[in-house]
This record gives sequence, structure tokens and C-alpha cells, in this order.
Amino acid sequence: MSENLFSRSLLHLAAGLLFGLGLVVSGMADPGKVLGFLDLGAIPSGGWDPSLAFVMGGAIAVGLPGFRLIPRWNRPWFAAKFELPTRRDIDSRILLGPSIFGVGWGLAGLCPGPAFTALAGGSGAALGFVLAMLLGMALARWLAAR
Amino acid sequence: MDHFTPLSSLLGGAMIGAAALLLLAGAGRIAGISGIAARLLPPGGVADALPRFLFLLGLVLAPLLYAAATGRGFAPVMQAHGPLLLLAGLLVGFGAVWGNGCTSGHGVCGLSRLSVRSLVATVVFMAAGFLTVWVMRHV
Repeated sequence: MSENLFSRSLLHLAAGLLFGLGLVVSGMADPGKVLGFLDLGAIPSGGWDPSLAFVMGGAIAVGLPGFRLIPRWNRPWFAAKFELPTRRDIDSRILLGPSIFGVGWGLAGLCPGPAFTALAGGSGAALGFVLAMLLGMALARWLAAR
Repeated sequence: MDHFTPLSSLLGGAMIGAAALLLLAGAGRIAGISGIAARLLPPGGVADALPRFLFLLGLVLAPLLYAAATGRGFAPVMQAHGPLLLLAGLLVGFGAVWGNGCTSGHGVCGLSRLSVRSLVATVVFMAAGFLTVWVMRHV
């Protein structure tokens, strides 16, 4: 399917741009706003920011019908077939991984998408976070492959 | 509640959902950012490195495009600093790969696919995030 590589490349660039614009428009590119949602302790004082729930709601409202209909096509536009996750089991990794991820998310207010958009701000701190994140990813891949 | 932005958050969320569908319709894949990034790292040898890299480049360019179009600056303020910020990055990267996904892959795509595995992952990382912020700010 290498004849589709150019199309797939452009498609990924466009999807990345749209995803990133969505993060900026929604406010989720701002780690302070993400922590504003995660701070349930601020509810009594009226300082809680429920915006993140609206981001998820907007994304799922669009995603739900699409993920129901599109995989029924014979094939995607620029690839031979759909490659969607098939696992349904609940193992220890699906509990441990998100626990670790959630702690890091709560410490910095950054998950992988907003970490990459933060690079556009040009700060060394954002770059440091992304490099540490990539190191963590490589470490997990290495451990999983052993 | 002075920072609550229901409309722009809903709109931005819909754009994120549309981006996920674009990747699904065109490449047949899940828009999971941790998966896309991790598969560029060693041990490598995974196909489609160029498209994956371009997706991440799109993420980085998006705020610049937004800033150019709206005239507003883009300068996200980091909420953790020094070693704590690096530790957070390490945990986010390790945990996302260990759990096969992050906020995008499990949260947006997984919930849209009505995957129970992703629902479990999302509940767990939300709970861990809530607890962490509670400990950092209120204990």
C-alpha cells in the first residue's frame, strides 16, 4: 500500500492539525485548565471548572456515530483495512497503566496531546516534559517486550 | 466558575472527535496519541513512521496556526516545575503505554467505540488524576 503513503501522510498531518486546534479551542492545551477540572476539592468554593467534561462530551458526540458507521466500510480511503483494537479482557495492565498515567496527569495537567501542543509555546519546560514522557514510553515498550 | 467555557470546550471537543474520525476513515486507525508517539520509539521497526511523525507535527503546528489566525498568543503556563514536571512526564509516558492508551485512545476513541476496556481505563486515570490533585492541593 506504499502508493498510498503520500495520501496517508497528508491525512495524518491534517488530522494532527485538527486535533491540535481542537485542544487549543477547547482550552485543554492549557494545563491549568485541565487541573481546574481535576480539582474536585474546589467544588465547595465554586472554583471547579467542569469544561473538560464538555470536551469529552463534544468529542464523543461526534465520535460515537462515526465509530459505529465507518468501520462497516470495505476499507479506509488510504489503507488496506481497518486496524482497530480487538481486546476485551481486563488484565492488570489496564488497571496499573492508567493509575500511573493518572498520577502524572494530575501532577502536571498534561497528557500526551497537550504535551505536544505545549511545544509550540517554545518553553524549555514543555520540551523537558515531552522528553521525559518519551523516555517513559520507551521504558514501558522495552519492559513489555522483555 | 469564572473560567468555565462550556461552548468553546464543546466545539473544541467536536473538533477532536472529527480529527479522530478523519484518521479512522482515511487510515483505519485509532487516534491514540500515546500509541502514535510510542511506536516511533525504539524498539522500532513499525511501519508508517512518516505519517505518524506528521500527525505529531500537526499537533505542534496547530497552536501556531491558531495564534496566527486569531492574533492571540499561545503560551501555556506549566503547573509543575523542575524534577516534579519531569517525574510527571515519565509517569504519563510510562503509564499510557503500559495501559495501551491515554486520554485520546481510551477516553475519546475507546468510549466512542463503547469499549469496556477503555471505559475501565478512563475511570481509573480520572480517579488517579482527581486523587493526585486532591493530595497536591488539599492535604
